[in-house]
Amino acid sequence: MSTTALDVRNLAKTYDGHGRDVEAVRDLTFRVDRGELVCVVGPSGAGKTTLLRCVAGLLDSSGGTVHLDGVPVTGPPAGMAVVFQEYGRSLFPWLTVRGNVGLPLKEKGLDRPTRAAKVDAALAAVGLCDSADAHPWQLSGGMQQRVAIARAVAYEPSVLLMDEPFASVDAQTRAELEDLVRDLWQDLGVTVLFVTHDIDEAVYLGQRVLVLSNRPTVVLEDVRVDLPTARDQLRTRSSPAFAAARNRVYELVQRAKQGHRPLPRATGARAMSTGTTAEG
Amino acid sequence: MTRRALVALGLPVVLVATWWVLSAGSTSFFWPPLSAIVAAFPTTWTADPIAHDVLPSLARLTAGYLVALVVGVAAGVAIGSDRVLRALCEPVLEFLRAIPPPVLVPVIALFAGYTGSTTKVVTIALGCLWPILLNTVEGVRSLDEVLRDTARSYRLGRLTTLRQVVLRGSSPRIAAGARQALSVGVILMVISELFGADRGLGAAVVRFQRGFAIPQMWTGIILLGLLGVALSGLFRLVEHRTLAWYRGLRQAEREV
Amino acid sequence: MTGAVTAPRASRGRIPEPALGVLGLALLVAVVEALPRLGLVDGRFLPPATAMLGELGHQLRLAEFWVAAGQTLGGWALGLALAVVAGVVVGVVIGGVGFLRAVTASTIEFLRPIPSVALIPLVVLVHGSRPESALVLVVYAAFWQVLVQVLYGVADVDPVVRDTARSYRFSRWTVVRAVVWPTALPYVVTGFRLAASVALILEVTAELIIGVPGLGRSIGVAQSSGAVTQTYALVIVVGLLGVAVNTSARFVERRALRWHTSVRRDL
Repeated sequence: MSTTALDVRNLAKTYDGHGRDVEAVRDLTFRVDRGELVCVVGPSGAGKTTLLRCVAGLLDSSGGTVHLDGVPVTGPPAGMAVVFQEYGRSLFPWLTVRGNVGLPLKEKGLDRPTRAAKVDAALAAVGLCDSADAHPWQLSGGMQQRVAIARAVAYEPSVLLMDEPFASVDAQTRAELEDLVRDLWQDLGVTVLFVTHDIDEAVYLGQRVLVLSNRPTVVLEDVRVDLPTARDQLRTRSSPAFAAARNRVYELVQRAKQGHRPLPRATGARAMSTGTTAEG
Repeated sequence: MTRRALVALGLPVVLVATWWVLSAGSTSFFWPPLSAIVAAFPTTWTADPIAHDVLPSLARLTAGYLVALVVGVAAGVAIGSDRVLRALCEPVLEFLRAIPPPVLVPVIALFAGYTGSTTKVVTIALGCLWPILLNTVEGVRSLDEVLRDTARSYRLGRLTTLRQVVLRGSSPRIAAGARQALSVGVILMVISELFGADRGLGAAVVRFQRGFAIPQMWTGIILLGLLGVALSGLFRLVEHRTLAWYRGLRQAEREV
Repeated sequence: MTGAVTAPRASRGRIPEPALGVLGLALLVAVVEALPRLGLVDGRFLPPATAMLGELGHQLRLAEFWVAAGQTLGGWALGLALAVVAGVVVGVVIGGVGFLRAVTASTIEFLRPIPSVALIPLVVLVHGSRPESALVLVVYAAFWQVLVQVLYGVADVDPVVRDTARSYRFSRWTVVRAVVWPTALPYVVTGFRLAASVALILEVTAELIIGVPGLGRSIGVAQSSGAVTQTYALVIVVGLLGVAVNTSARFVERRALRWHTSVRRDL
């Protein structure tokens, strides 16, 4: 009924270390609407990965709730797909590209023709039709990450989580993959939560950028990116609006690094207030 | 191709030829001429010893090895998947592995005497178990965390995760353990037959030795050697087919 | 519904792993103690753990036990030393010469899987139950472990380094000493570790099967004379010896490889 796809409220995570508890995430509250593309940035060690693993249901939180399509997340939920940073380690090396993309579909119980059609469509969407029968380790890093994206796309998730997916590919490939994510998002209407440490990437991709504080993490600010839907590596990145948004986020991350934190109440209220999508 | 075959076969041919020539005029009791050994082959290994010595030995080896493979992989997956269980078992396994497998023979003999096939199969299975078990534990333990997370986030069921992720992922280590176990198995197959008046390939060789049928003993030794080589070749064939992905992966990693 | 809110869990008191290991050993002892005491296993075949350990303590006070232990360790050490030296020399020579490597590859692959026990009848004929019998088996089995590792090691020499050495017109001996040996050393150490445990297994096996003096023969004698508790006590000793050999070999390996940056795959 609601337009909210992902609803994170007062999420907290404390790791029990050796005799000393480490509070990684203190109080995170934000929402992602259906069809939105939201990026999360923060200083290194800001608990970005902890946040993502809690949202993905891979890690038990110590407090707060995560709802996906109104259903509480207690383990990995059905409508969620994750693309990990370590592309080389998230693909099954003993399966072909086709096998990697198809395995989750097989587990869903889809019959063979449906599966084949979806796999082919997903591989076509990421431009990998020719490599369907190769093994992941025969491909370049960027192509391997395309396979991981194809697997996520074929799974037809309600929300696609991406954990610094392009942190370990070269700059040229990275730009191509960023555009691929934008294209897939627009074509398929999938909701994307994209975690990155790269401020430019966050601004270029996102409709909104959530800036996290340093540890223990809270949302420092929810920045709306006022850029046109059609984005272009050259023109968008050199536009004044991009520069403005980039500077704003950069400043916030710098402040986060210096330990600046919002007042506890204000964070929640602010993040909650930006529920609607408005795009230029 | 012919060049490679020449290089591969060259030395073995030279060695055998050297043996043949050097031993040709041998009058030494222990080192009969190779020609005499070869001549003894067809008369020694006729249908009867093949049916009553060779085949039962191979059957016991197969049975013991397969039991060890199934039990070792199952227990290895269970222990490898659980941190507490692993820590609990580690020193115990370390100790049990360090006991030389042939020492199992007198221990098993205490329980049931050392006659019949079952005790031999048990000996082989117990000896083969440790390398398989320990390598499986190590393979499962070192399975990539990201692969596990991937399997979980795509909600792969327990059975699919076990079959497609855990077993496939640890298969290179399991294969390494299975290869070690195979040579242990052949050794125990022979040793288990040295106790008591039994029949079997190992028992036959000792029978020839005790009866001072030296050329016949030599045929038995050569047959055991050929068996070891054949089994290792068979294993490589299976490994070559099932672990092609692993070889490719390793090569790709090396080239980076 | 409520599952979403994971209550803040109290920090679980994690038991450290060494403590768990000790617990595991204690459990093993307890099970072995309980099985015969409860009558689940005939005590004549499996005496309680305390009886085994008591017998073990008794053995440790006997001169003949120490003689046997000395014979076993002596045979092991001599065989291991011979195998390591032979393996290294043959390995460096074969590995360093491309022609030899190509020609011997198939022969090594053929000879390696020949089970060492196939040689038992032969060594019995030639040497009887003298220590030489055990020595032949130990050296044969341990040699392959070292040789194969050394061959891996020599093959691992960086071709660029080799070319550099050649371009500076290093002598063959200098190349071996300055280029091949440092690269192969970690593999040699790994071969030593593998050979150390194989050598002990073969030494005890030879003693048990052929009757070469040592702990293995003591086990055989104890078993055939019906000294059940003593059999177990000696098996425990041999197991502990094996653990000691494995642990110290691994320690040596780690010490020797501390400077070595790349962590190689355990073979």
